[in-house]
Amino acid sequence: MSNLELTSRLDLAASTAPMPVPTVKRAMVPWRKLGRLSARSALLLALLALWELAPRLGLTDPAFLPPLSEVLQAGWDLAVAGQLYEHFEASLLRAFGGFAIAVVLFVPLGIAIGWYAGLANALSQIIEVLRNTAPLALLPVFILLLGIGEVSKVTMVVYSCAWPLLLNTIAAVKQVDPLLVKSARTMGATPLQLFAKVILPASLPTIFVGIRLASAAAMLVLIASEMVGAKAGLGYLIIYGQYSFLIPQMYFGVLAITTIGLLSNYGLESVERRFTRWRAPAAAL
Amino acid sequence: MSADAKELPKISFRQVRKEFAVRADGGSARHFVALDDITLDVAAGGFLTLVGPSGCGKSTLLDLLGGLTIPTGGTILLDGRPISGPGRDRGIVFQQYALYPWRTAVQNIEFGLEIAGVGARERREKALHYLDLVGLSAFADRFPQELSGGMKQRVAIARSLAYEPQVLLMDEPFAALDAQTREQLQTELLRIWRRTGTTILFITHGIDEAIVLGQRVAVMTARPGRIRQVFDIPAALHSETGDVRSLPLFGEVRYDIWSLLREEVARTQAARPARPPQSSPELAHVQS
Repeated sequence: MSNLELTSRLDLAASTAPMPVPTVKRAMVPWRKLGRLSARSALLLALLALWELAPRLGLTDPAFLPPLSEVLQAGWDLAVAGQLYEHFEASLLRAFGGFAIAVVLFVPLGIAIGWYAGLANALSQIIEVLRNTAPLALLPVFILLLGIGEVSKVTMVVYSCAWPLLLNTIAAVKQVDPLLVKSARTMGATPLQLFAKVILPASLPTIFVGIRLASAAAMLVLIASEMVGAKAGLGYLIIYGQYSFLIPQMYFGVLAITTIGLLSNYGLESVERRFTRWRAPAAAL
Repeated sequence: MSADAKELPKISFRQVRKEFAVRADGGSARHFVALDDITLDVAAGGFLTLVGPSGCGKSTLLDLLGGLTIPTGGTILLDGRPISGPGRDRGIVFQQYALYPWRTAVQNIEFGLEIAGVGARERREKALHYLDLVGLSAFADRFPQELSGGMKQRVAIARSLAYEPQVLLMDEPFAALDAQTREQLQTELLRIWRRTGTTILFITHGIDEAIVLGQRVAVMTARPGRIRQVFDIPAALHSETGDVRSLPLFGEVRYDIWSLLREEVARTQAARPARPPQSSPELAHVQS
């Protein structure tokens, strides 16, 4: 930004501000923001720098830990060859497909269990047994029953998403303030209105906790199942890279998974913020 | 009551009795009488306050009137017809406000109208009108957590008034507020009552509040909850201007009610069972 631009912007800011503020002080603000950002990212940047430098300086064996730039180059080559897209597509379809199916199935089921004590009573033991059976332990079972195609992988994702979704949704509905329900009933709300206008909005924040946990579970389980039996996907890319000694590719697969995790969490967080705007602190006004 | 006997009372309790089953230590069910032989009328447009020692069944009485529970015996009539369930002809204001935290002030007020199926534009108009009535026009788009306790209770009152119930039931609505805010809201409630002509049944544990607000004050006894006596409050204590609390008459009425209540509190404390069966989780409703 040129000095001229800077001054004209500052003039504008000063003229709209309710009280004249010394211009020098205002000029500090963007820099300070940048400073805070770099302070927060310093450790991460240092780690990436170390990744680049350590193999180059001979601190580690470049064959086992290639420099970051080589890893990114390998990723670029994969992208140019069109393979990267294929792997991403395969993994994302499985993860989001399974995740979406789980949300559609288990959020309503959780609401029903949370609302009807009888249903909770009937299902609580089977839920407790199943949720303590680690999903990955069931992977061979799913492959045996459903084959090594898409069905077994998506089922794995659905299964592992089910528990965080179910448990959080049940808890969410159970902890709805009974006074809010009572108040709506006195205003003559029908059971359907009670559900749509009170139970659901009151449960949403806790349901979202389950949704975020489920999205993390989806990726975890998917990568593991892609490592066992798949012809495409990021898990396959990693394990194939290891077997074929394409080490930079392997590391790129890891980075890709991190990126997907960060993006999906960011996306879910912004959806959550939209739905639960009312929880924002009053100071934000 | 002293009013014209031919005029139909708005609310009429006729020998109302309410029992709860209490799980005793041995596991066998025991019956606990929360309310017994409640007979009480509230005239149309009247303002009745109900005071009593804690645990005397005031809130049980209100739940019955709200149609949330059914009496074990006797009947409750609204305009001469027995109450069969909750309905928008009665609005309830709770002590803990019961506002929906995900709705703004104006959206909270719209809630009852939404339930009733009123169109969006009419709903908003009415909500804004009642928001104005409680003096909160400037706070229409605030969420409950951005409002003070007094403001929240104003929104709750506006919400109950918005669907224009004939009866407003208030369960210790000002108990959680500080003294100044409480007094302010008492004055406003009286103003709103005079303007809307709504019949109000107001539950409180404060004698002063009962006298300042009520045309009549019903004093309840505890275990079982019964109506001990109904005081007619002299009209001089309801002047719209001036501090009624400083009048000698106020002191006299206050003393009468206070003596009666003290007698009751002393009596219930003497007769207190080893484990008072008053906490609600132990109570299972008996519906007959």
